[in-house]
Amino acid sequence: MSKLNTYRKTQTNAAPLAVFRVLFGLMMLASIIRFWANGWIDKLYIQPKFFFTYYGFSWVQPIGNYTYLIFAVCALSALFVSLGYKYRISIILFFLSFTYIELMDKTTYLNHYYFISCVAFLMIFLPANTYFSMDSWKNPLKKLDKIPKWSIDSIKLILGIVYVYAGLAKLNSDWLLEAMPLKIWLPSKYDLPFLGDLLQQEWMHYAFSWSGAIYDLTIPFLLLYKPTRWFAFILVVIFHVLTRVLFPIGMFPYVMIVSALIFFDAGFHNRIIQFISKLLRLDYSRITSKPIITSEEGKSQKFQYRSKFVLPILAAFFTIQLLFPWRYLAYPNELFWTEQGYRFSWRVMLMEKASYTQFKVVNGTTGNRFYVDNTDFLTPFQEKQMSGQPDFILQYAQYLGDHFKNQGHKNISIYAESYVALNGRLSQPYVNPEIDLLKEKESFKHKDWLLPFNDTIKGF
Amino acid sequence: MKFIKITTFIFLIALVITACSSDSDTPVDSPNNFDRGAMLTNWADNIIVPAYESFADQTSILQSSTSNFTTNPTVENLQTLRTNWKDAYLGFQTVSMFEIGKAEEVRFRNRLNVYPANAAEIEAFISSGNYDFALPSTIDKQGFPALDYMLNGLATTDTEIVTFYTSNANAEGYKNYLQTLSNTIASLSNEVLTSWTSGYRDTFVANTSSSASGAVDKLTNDYIFYFEKALRAGKVGIPAGVFSGNVLPGNVEALYKKDFSKELLLKAIEASANFFNGKSFESGATGPSFKTYLDFLNTIKNGENLSNLINNQFEVAKTEASSLNNNFAEQVQMDNSKMLETYDELQRNVIYLKVDMIQALDISIDYVDADGD
Repeated sequence: MSKLNTYRKTQTNAAPLAVFRVLFGLMMLASIIRFWANGWIDKLYIQPKFFFTYYGFSWVQPIGNYTYLIFAVCALSALFVSLGYKYRISIILFFLSFTYIELMDKTTYLNHYYFISCVAFLMIFLPANTYFSMDSWKNPLKKLDKIPKWSIDSIKLILGIVYVYAGLAKLNSDWLLEAMPLKIWLPSKYDLPFLGDLLQQEWMHYAFSWSGAIYDLTIPFLLLYKPTRWFAFILVVIFHVLTRVLFPIGMFPYVMIVSALIFFDAGFHNRIIQFISKLLRLDYSRITSKPIITSEEGKSQKFQYRSKFVLPILAAFFTIQLLFPWRYLAYPNELFWTEQGYRFSWRVMLMEKASYTQFKVVNGTTGNRFYVDNTDFLTPFQEKQMSGQPDFILQYAQYLGDHFKNQGHKNISIYAESYVALNGRLSQPYVNPEIDLLKEKESFKHKDWLLPFNDTIKGF
Repeated sequence: MKFIKITTFIFLIALVITACSSDSDTPVDSPNNFDRGAMLTNWADNIIVPAYESFADQTSILQSSTSNFTTNPTVENLQTLRTNWKDAYLGFQTVSMFEIGKAEEVRFRNRLNVYPANAAEIEAFISSGNYDFALPSTIDKQGFPALDYMLNGLATTDTEIVTFYTSNANAEGYKNYLQTLSNTIASLSNEVLTSWTSGYRDTFVANTSSSASGAVDKLTNDYIFYFEKALRAGKVGIPAGVFSGNVLPGNVEALYKKDFSKELLLKAIEASANFFNGKSFESGATGPSFKTYLDFLNTIKNGENLSNLINNQFEVAKTEASSLNNNFAEQVQMDNSKMLETYDELQRNVIYLKVDMIQALDISIDYVDADGD
């Protein structure tokens, strides 16, 4: 307990967190600009007629053309976070707007968006603006060159959780023994220079699978340990650039590379700050000059008001982070098949799931039946995501039910005919075709209307 | 330490450059790699271009036989014209799946084969003499289904049909419309063929990129889309009422000819299977194709023999379709269950193609332009 108390009071140089804030904000700004420039706001949030919401968050919807406003708020707040300008309100706004965007349609769910939300939430409680920020530049009273060590460690911890859990998730028979799904994905990159032909080789698929798992499981520790740090960082760069070359994965590799810098010590970050200052012709001596209030006083003056709540909140946050990915254990049947407890668990690139689902509408009075053309209601992207994920199938079926009831169809039932091929296995029926999906309710309970997987994937 | 940093930096730059230039070079194929260039060449040179050549010939015969009939409208000339129409309609089944390049640009399938034809509006066009087949709104008033109406649907006997082109008050209007229909089919077919023979073939064959704009990805999507929507749904599912709840005998292909819908379906299944197996249009020899591609990937994966499953399913569907009435309108009214069975067998192959084959080839359906993780 006393150890914990000492740790709680340990101070460290503020530079690493400041640099992290600057780069994180810039990355986020770039992500939003890229998203906007690609026309994805329109394509993903304005064009579709219908959105797949998260259980309990059906009230989070795009707001027509005002959706652009949410993205603008998100971009601006990211910029302000980077500048350290009105930091606290900016990071709160960023967290809220970014998370709102992600909640609008789960079609676009990506682990790395969830990662951004987690980090942004964490940063609300961190003193990231006490150094090298506009807040501290304008008001030297806010300036601190020492901050609690836990605030930097918490970023390291969330990164560590992401990597280690992603690594644990790879310890399964498909990944390690069958080299799936890389055995499907890598040969299709036949036209890469140098790598194209190599990627046709089976040993390469195993090499990629195994080294990927080992990388994920060990990289946080190699980054923590000073003698291996540079080596580890080179690995981080190689790994993430390689994933960028091989897969359409957007900004995520760059975010991870930049985030890994937090493991370096303050000297390194101060040089970065010096470099940026020179570039922007800022007075570096003013940044490094001793704060008016020393860190000890500063801590008591500036952080007292929050620290009572901050540590319990962070403790709760990390407890949830550590436990939440295991919730899949509460569900029967194969996780990859049912995807119950799959999201928000750092399960990255583990599955190649091809699927096909069509819906049969049956009129109970007349016996009349017909199939729905999914393209009438869903974008190709939505249809693809819907076809292989049970919560999507259910929500869509119920949407169809409402649609056809409003059209005057009475006493209808909706059945899904669904086929899924998982990691190179032959396609099999997925949803029980005898079950009327209008009678089922969305919940966290096991979805017993799915058919069994008829195979086992061993491991996590 | 400094050295390491500099090396890292250089390494970083090098990797980023590789990352950014990832799809510029053409790969050198080795025996260990499946040669997509060879597959595209086989597709283009042995299947697509010969099929279009043959089809373009049939459409020019159709065109000249139409002018023969319009200058000399006799029962005999009508029957010759009808035979030529049947030949060309069958020929169309061998090219319809290649909706890529020029064909995609001119919406070839929509211009040539949207059915049912809108008879009432065709009549309105004929009496006004005012129509422009380039307009998207006219797709159900042109192509083979419109010719079907003009050659088979105006009356019950051939003698009566001929009177529309002879003694009818607006015989000129009928003749003009008929001629314009055939001319349009012939000129569109020639346009597509010419585009293939004067450059597009080379572009197509050279486009071995693995991206969504690569020729393999695009044509695979087109092929599956054709099989699912035009063949399975259009020829069988829609008339059988799969999407509407009640049978739609008026929606069969070649509605007015009556005894021709089965032949068209069988031809289309055969052409799809031949393309899957890379079977040369002329010699019947097989070359690099979806089949050999899947077999190559299976040597890596050791999974189910997917190409066999797909080929067997083509056979099952063909057998099921062969047992149908020549006239699908009659079939769906007399015994729709057989039509639905044919639909189910075709549907099995949609799943093999659209789920299993697509997964094996790692091609995304209808390219989704968004990030993954």
